Amino acid sequence: MRMAGRKIFISGDEAVAEAVRLVSPHVISAYPITPQTVAVERISDFVEDGSLQAEYIHVESEHSAMSAALGAAAVGARTFTATSSQGLLYMAEVLPYVSGARFPIVMMNANRALAVPWALLSDHRDSLSQLDSGWIQVYCEDAQETLDMIIQAYRVAEDERVMTPMMVNLDGFVLTHTYELVELPDQAALKSFLPDYSTDNKMDLDVPKSVCLAAMNHYMEYMMKQELDMRNVESIIEETDREYGDMFGRSYGGMIEQYMCDGADAVLVTLGSVTGTARVVVDSMRSEGYKVGLVKLRFMRPFPKAEIIEIGSKVKAIGVVDKDISVGYEGIVFTNVNSALSDLDRVPQRLNFIAGLGGRNVSKAHIRDMYMQLLEVAEGKEKEKIQFVNARCEYNG
Amino acid sequence: MDKNMVTNARELTNTEFFYGHKACAGCGGSLAVRLALKVLGQNSFVSLPPNCMSAVGFLFPQISFVTNAIIAPFAANAAVLSGIEAGAKALGLKDHHVVGFAGDGGTADIGIQALSGAIDRGDRIIYICYDNEAYMNTGIQQSGLTPYGARTTTSPAGKNLPGSIKMKKNMFEIVAAHGISYAATASIGYPEDYLKKVSKAAQCESTSYIHVMAPCCTGWGFPGERTIEIAKEAVDCGLWFLAEYENEKFTLNRKPSSFSPVKEYLMKQGRFRHLGDDDISIIERHRDHKWEKMLKNWDS
Repeated sequence: MRMAGRKIFISGDEAVAEAVRLVSPHVISAYPITPQTVAVERISDFVEDGSLQAEYIHVESEHSAMSAALGAAAVGARTFTATSSQGLLYMAEVLPYVSGARFPIVMMNANRALAVPWALLSDHRDSLSQLDSGWIQVYCEDAQETLDMIIQAYRVAEDERVMTPMMVNLDGFVLTHTYELVELPDQAALKSFLPDYSTDNKMDLDVPKSVCLAAMNHYMEYMMKQELDMRNVESIIEETDREYGDMFGRSYGGMIEQYMCDGADAVLVTLGSVTGTARVVVDSMRSEGYKVGLVKLRFMRPFPKAEIIEIGSKVKAIGVVDKDISVGYEGIVFTNVNSALSDLDRVPQRLNFIAGLGGRNVSKAHIRDMYMQLLEVAEGKEKEKIQFVNARCEYNG
Repeated sequence: MDKNMVTNARELTNTEFFYGHKACAGCGGSLAVRLALKVLGQNSFVSLPPNCMSAVGFLFPQISFVTNAIIAPFAANAAVLSGIEAGAKALGLKDHHVVGFAGDGGTADIGIQALSGAIDRGDRIIYICYDNEAYMNTGIQQSGLTPYGARTTTSPAGKNLPGSIKMKKNMFEIVAAHGISYAATASIGYPEDYLKKVSKAAQCESTSYIHVMAPCCTGWGFPGERTIEIAKEAVDCGLWFLAEYENEKFTLNRKPSSFSPVKEYLMKQGRFRHLGDDDISIIERHRDHKWEKMLKNWDS
């Protein structure tokens, strides 16, 4: 049954804080970094006013933020942390530690460019650099989705078939600091969607055990188990999304969302907030008769391989918008999409648009240009395969 | 005083909480862990960064801790301890101890930031630094607590250098400067003193710190059966000291009327055997200066 909730006008950071209050972790350990700060400030307010009963650890670094979360998770506590950019990289050592230990910590990451040069605005190089850390990674399009995904993240991560930490990504400033009307799920109904966390994977005074141990001779098997479990996560994400939709009226399509892909010749693949701009462009181009569609990639790990293959079999051209670059190669999302497409007998034309680095604007006009180029390559024209969008100098690739 | 607390060796339980491990015969660090856990008991959550004790104690499936135990990231033993304590508190666990054992490098070098944070917050954890004066687990490299003149694999002694050219970082006073509730130095050569200090730390409502000298026969170059003797002599010759910091005051627990000869202590160990009289007098002068300050400023 659909439960209507209260609507409030809040920013993306505040949506994170509201979601954390709703899921009520036992322990929050976080270190402030722009543009994540408002989230941890609001969470601190909630702990102070008693509306969130949690231990808030004022750690002295991101490395300690994740390590303290690890310690709390190791005794069976539900935990939350939040970071961004340099902070994520500072805690990078502890990410595979947590995923290997199979502790379902949930983390918010405010996507921000990496230094140097310094840039406080958003791109995806921070989180995409941690694709191999063993964490589930989801990217949100707006504040409402962010709130819903923090909640769903606990349900997925704590599922005993999963027991894997999850990083909920939202674009810095574009989402963290802009305001929108956000609906909060009914707290009583949420209790049945997200039961209290309980696990045997913990240190226990009644059943003492050693955790995070050395398994030199069993390392390979540990990693295999992690990979095999991760392969099942996709169906659990989809089942969680459906159930959440039934209860609260919002579902997001699971691993990906296809927007106007039926009958499309050319589609763009996007991650995060740029999806919103692309939707508007698709609407207007469709009304002009162009056969274009949009694939919102929601999860980067596990990667929606089957979905990408299915789309690839239907269209003539696929463009990937990468707000990142793996220097020396190409966009990181592009590499992943290409790898999936290579399973097809007939691979569609592909273009990689490197855009929005350091928060450089990606406008409707830029996206329209991407679609026009894709429609041209769909008809057999040649285009530069990897392009920098809205750059102020020439690229002779 | 809690009646369950150990104040002397006769009250020590026969139960072992850390055994069957693969430490070297004569390992001082393993003794520091073993004795402390006999005081703290079964309801302990133990955290260790990657060091000798975790390397010899966590080899799946041969697990050596009878209590709950975890390996922490190297830089973050104190942060993991803080997280355990916060989680235990939030879950309503009672009558437990949260104790960490880190070596000199894990404490004074890579782990000092997390330790400082935990002490600053006053988290109720017991942090025990077992000091064997070098990175022993990785093969005897110099740390911030390696003393002057010690030969390590990264501070070789040769024609140009006498081994380590720096004195030990003053961890005890750095920790005390935080305004910690309880801090102490100890030596496994004086086990009753160590046991009492662990007992005191266990009753502390906030962060406590014990810095225990734990000689490493392999890294220091002496026969394993002489570990206790060396640990005792470190104190007797004045290069180490037994002290406490509580209620904002330092107290010397042992004030030798005269020091045993430094040269004898040094020459029993392979790491110092290359030292000449000039280097030994540098070490003695530094010792005398340190003791002058301690005797002047600390209670005894």
